[in-house]
Amino acid sequence: MTRASWIRLAVLGSAVALLEVTCRLGWVSRHAVIAPSEMVRGAWRALGQADVRRDMLLTLSTVAQSFVLAILVGFAIGVALHRMPRLRRALDPFLASYYAVPTFVFYPVFIVLFGLNRWPLVAIGFLFAVVAVAINTLDGLSRVPRAFLRTARAMKLSGAQTLARIVLPAAAPWLFTGAKFAVAYSFIGVIAGEFVQAGAGIGFAIAFAYNSFDSLTMYGLMILLFGIVGTINMTLWSYERRLYARRGGR
Amino acid sequence: MLSDDIQVRLHGVTRIYPAVEGGKAVHALGPLDLELREGEFFSVVGPSGCGKSTLLDVVAGLASPSSGSVTFEGRPVAGEVPDGIGVVFQEDASFPWLSSYDNAAFALRRAGLPEAEIRERVEHTLSFMGLLPFADAYPAQLSGGMRQRVCIARTLVTRPRLLLLDEPFGALDQQTRLLMGDELLALWRETGATVLLITHSLDEAALLSDRVGVMSARPGVFIDRVETGWARERDSRIVAEPAFGRVSGRIWEGLRDQSIKALESAR
Ligand SMILES: Nc1ncnc2c1ncn2[C@@H]1O[C@H](COP(=O)(O)OP(=O)(O)OP(=O)(O)O)[C@@H](O)[C@H]1O
Ligand SMILES: [Mg+2]
Repeated sequence: MTRASWIRLAVLGSAVALLEVTCRLGWVSRHAVIAPSEMVRGAWRALGQADVRRDMLLTLSTVAQSFVLAILVGFAIGVALHRMPRLRRALDPFLASYYAVPTFVFYPVFIVLFGLNRWPLVAIGFLFAVVAVAINTLDGLSRVPRAFLRTARAMKLSGAQTLARIVLPAAAPWLFTGAKFAVAYSFIGVIAGEFVQAGAGIGFAIAFAYNSFDSLTMYGLMILLFGIVGTINMTLWSYERRLYARRGGR
Repeated sequence: MLSDDIQVRLHGVTRIYPAVEGGKAVHALGPLDLELREGEFFSVVGPSGCGKSTLLDVVAGLASPSSGSVTFEGRPVAGEVPDGIGVVFQEDASFPWLSSYDNAAFALRRAGLPEAEIRERVEHTLSFMGLLPFADAYPAQLSGGMRQRVCIARTLVTRPRLLLLDEPFGALDQQTRLLMGDELLALWRETGATVLLITHSLDEAALLSDRVGVMSARPGVFIDRVETGWARERDSRIVAEPAFGRVSGRIWEGLRDQSIKALESAR
């Protein structure tokens, strides 16, 4: 491990230890926060329950759906805008200010449109993620050096070959960044939606435990959620690092 | 090897970049005539911005002339790069996601050659370019000069009959340039290809070429063509010969006025 990861671990460890001590000594109310060791016990207990596992799978599949949709549509939008610079210039302010708008207010609209099922959640996760994908796609495409495209022409590559063999690999770091954002935003959108209005899913389960004053379950579920999202992010992060270390930031 | 067959013929070629959004159209090149003999080493020198890269684009078929005609091996060059022409660009175009080996193999793989043949050609070329120890290295791990050599190797493996090089050694120091020049000469002798080298180094042009075309400030036309008269077997030690002084002196004569002109119009 590097020095930085040791420091990271130490900071995290001391924060957890501090919280543990504070809770054990009764400095914070049990009703507000429970000790980390209790949270882990809650997580373990929750994991043993069939309906919790079902909620987790449901949330994951909803996130996966909005992620895939966001990748496909966002990529298509990115490519289209790249091809139409005029339209791109016209839409640039929208793209730039997109995340300043509380998109979440559309969630009730989606419920009205789709009914109270999983589709409003897919839609809100998609809405959060799609523009990040589009922006990063656009960014990646416009950073493909002209000399690469000229090389493609000099080698008489077809349009499809140029896309697959030159444009995509050249833009890959940006496309990957877009995908990373899409994962995070899909999770945020879906969990928030479940929190507010849904009949199942891990966000719903957390809200339900909260309303029933069941701190053990609530914090347990939160730990599980962080565990899942953390694992996914770490995997993407280390994959990205391995993939692009040798490119030296190009 | 040097024959009098004309491989490339430019006749009355001009290139005008159309105006973009309120700007003025740029008359970058010509009208100019140029004939490249098969197997000769022809260099183009000229002040910065005089249209050298534009000339290369037109010869390669990457850009169409606004007027005039271009032929390669008797066939008109139009719209696409003809078979037999290899191009190395002024900018670094090595693919950062591929190792030196895979960069060099790129065009051959696209052409669907058998892997054994690809390996033979790539290894031969990499070793010739002094890159074999770096076959597995990625461009980010190489110096600018080595990256440019990777690009040259990538083009050479296709065995072009006409090699177009746009300031391939632009990023190198003088000593390395001289040595790379020697390598280029060896390569030229080995492949028998015609070389069109664009350079802003007067010495490089004087040293390497059979003929040197001196270009005027923009719009670039040839104001002088200098026959160097070097033997085919030659290397950078030519710089010590009195004839080298005469040749580079003659090139500088034309170039000096044009460079002053280019500088003044830029002020
Ligand atoms: N795509 C383009 N659109 C408009 N003008 C261009 C374009 N490409 C080049 N020019 C202009 O044409 C002229 C010749 O450019 P070119 O790149 O051929 O010069 P060069 O001799 O290669 O210069 P350098 O020595 O700096 O490489 C320049 O004035 C340049 O600004
Ligand atoms: Mg140039």
